[in-house]
Amino acid sequence: MPVAEAPSGRPVFKTVAVVGPPNAGKTTLFNRLTGLRQKVGNFPGVTVEHHTGSYRLENGDEVSLIDLPGVYSLNPKSEDEKVTVDVLNGTMPGAEVPDAIILVLDSNNLNRHLILAGRVIALGLPTLVLLNMADELHKQGGQVDVLPLARQLGTPVALVSAVTGEGLMAVANFLVATPQAPEPLELPIFGDPRHCREWAVRIGGQAAYRRGATPEWTRRLDGIFLHRIWGGVIFAVVIVAVFQTIFSLGQPASDLLQGLLDNVAVHLANLLPPGLINSLVVNGVWKGAGSVLVFLPQILLLFLVIGVLEDSGYLARAAVISDKVMAKVGLNGKSFIPLLSAYGCAVPAIMATRTIENKRDRIATILIAPFMTCSARLPVYTMVIAAFIPNHPVLGPLVGTRAVAMLSLYVLGFAMAVATAKALKSSVLRSRDVAFIMELPPYRWPMWKSLALRLMDRANAFLFRAGTVILAVSIVLWALTYLPMHNGQPPAIADSAISKMGHFIEPAIRPLGFNWRIGVGLLSSFAAREVIIATMGTLHGVDPQSRAMDLQQALKSDLTPAGAVALLVFFAFAMQCMSTMAVVRRETNSWKWPILQFLYMTFVAYAAAFVAYRITLLYWT
Amino acid sequence: MVFNFMKARIAKASSTLGDLAVGERGILGEFDMPQSIAEHLMNLGFVPGLEILVARSGPGGNPRVYRVDGTEVALRRDLSRCIGVRPLRGAKAEVR
Repeated sequence: MPVAEAPSGRPVFKTVAVVGPPNAGKTTLFNRLTGLRQKVGNFPGVTVEHHTGSYRLENGDEVSLIDLPGVYSLNPKSEDEKVTVDVLNGTMPGAEVPDAIILVLDSNNLNRHLILAGRVIALGLPTLVLLNMADELHKQGGQVDVLPLARQLGTPVALVSAVTGEGLMAVANFLVATPQAPEPLELPIFGDPRHCREWAVRIGGQAAYRRGATPEWTRRLDGIFLHRIWGGVIFAVVIVAVFQTIFSLGQPASDLLQGLLDNVAVHLANLLPPGLINSLVVNGVWKGAGSVLVFLPQILLLFLVIGVLEDSGYLARAAVISDKVMAKVGLNGKSFIPLLSAYGCAVPAIMATRTIENKRDRIATILIAPFMTCSARLPVYTMVIAAFIPNHPVLGPLVGTRAVAMLSLYVLGFAMAVATAKALKSSVLRSRDVAFIMELPPYRWPMWKSLALRLMDRANAFLFRAGTVILAVSIVLWALTYLPMHNGQPPAIADSAISKMGHFIEPAIRPLGFNWRIGVGLLSSFAAREVIIATMGTLHGVDPQSRAMDLQQALKSDLTPAGAVALLVFFAFAMQCMSTMAVVRRETNSWKWPILQFLYMTFVAYAAAFVAYRITLLYWT
Repeated sequence: MVFNFMKARIAKASSTLGDLAVGERGILGEFDMPQSIAEHLMNLGFVPGLEILVARSGPGGNPRVYRVDGTEVALRRDLSRCIGVRPLRGAKAEVR
């Protein structure tokens, strides 16, 4: 039973699982309880990501909390639900066995959510039932008495709000109280949905439960956002606004960061004694990793914008609006959200495909996601376009040839994604029984704290990549330009190991109009696309002939305009990203899909780049 | 998208959720679809015997949004034709 007094004493549980249905505010509550003391992890062998965090009691003791995937029932059919069931049963390898459960329900939806409570309580672990979103319940004229409900369920029950913090003392009380297995008066027969529902309504009735009305403004907003005509118009405006925000705010932020990094590089070069170490630190490490760091603002902005759309509830509506179009290529509206995030980065996008229930649809979405123009392509596009395409106004002063070139590359990737989806869905990944079922949660104000935590997650992942893969590639490249040494002196660039490698693959890429330097850039970019910039920087940085030029100038000595177009087309299609391959392998649980995807995309990229090179040669030399 | 279990449905004369117009209500009946999809719908509140309202139609008329048990859920037309419903006539609700 909930007690009012402040908690004292030591926690009796070591590990507590946080369970609840989707949209019940489970993650908000988890963030509130653990704050920054959390980390993301993966259980071995399964694809489902989970957060663990620690909750600090007043006396400083900590309890470990596991945030499990949102579930509607404990029927282990979908992968998410299987993870939750396995963790709760203690049969998940690598996961700590929870010794208690905090169940988070939406107090505005108890008729549905109490059924889940019945199932969780039937597991027999000490359980605390939190009826979340109490603030909304009260605002909308609903009510519930926790004491009769606690008696019925045989567990402590508290009415809380993760947003305002109301009632959360119950968590601390639960964690220090004597552990007790639930003693429910009666549980429903779980196989019979009608009986389950009657049970839920009955025990809700004994707790004088009255649901609040759906907020009026959710209906009004849906009247606009799902309007027959305006719905589509607003959808288009939102999508354009998303990209506009990223470019108009992200670009200046990136430039600013670039300036800062360049300044530091100059100071570093002056600080260190000239020689090998200086070159390694400045040209290898700082310029290499720095060339990637500058995209952090754009990536964070994209995730911020998508996060706001998601938390406000608009993305669920966007899925409904896009469903009709997605159906034309054989997918459904649920693929829209991952595909939109793929414009930021394919890695989180591929993780977001978990909400797609149909396995074949999910794989098709995973396979086309890397065709979307991710933020790692952006720097490559920007650099090549700026070097080769003169800026003439096309549509007024705002839209010039460069903007048109950039836009066509976006369209190119999108068109190839559509064509691939259509081909897959009418052949190997054809599926018959596709159900589009989308719950539309009420509109809510996004919680800044939740958004901030997610952005930090993404920033960490990105910086980790910049700090490991890209750093390593930069250092290896730098070393290759300095080998083999003659009498303690680095070789001329033409004699270096890197030049030998570049010349070795040159015959394969000459048909695309690329020279050996671009070849080295391409090789290195298979680690991550943006690495090509760092590579070109390193190659020209150590070459006395082009050292004085800036990178755009130097590029012109490597590529003809036709070769530049071929390079852009190659980047639009090729799967040059180790992180994406790793995440596809993890999410599909086999090497088959990432390898097929890699071969397919590389083939398409090569063929398309060849065609682009030949066509451009005819018109522009 | 064609549901292979949909054809059997059309042969039956009883009305389905797909037959209701926007603003009409009905009582949910039998589901004619694979068990896994039916279970997912029931978890979202589509329990036989409950009242359902066709709340609105999305841009282009498909999918449509249904209100049941205090939740709004969007379904495509083809799936809604696999959900039996007993129409509640004369109960046209005010829909915004």
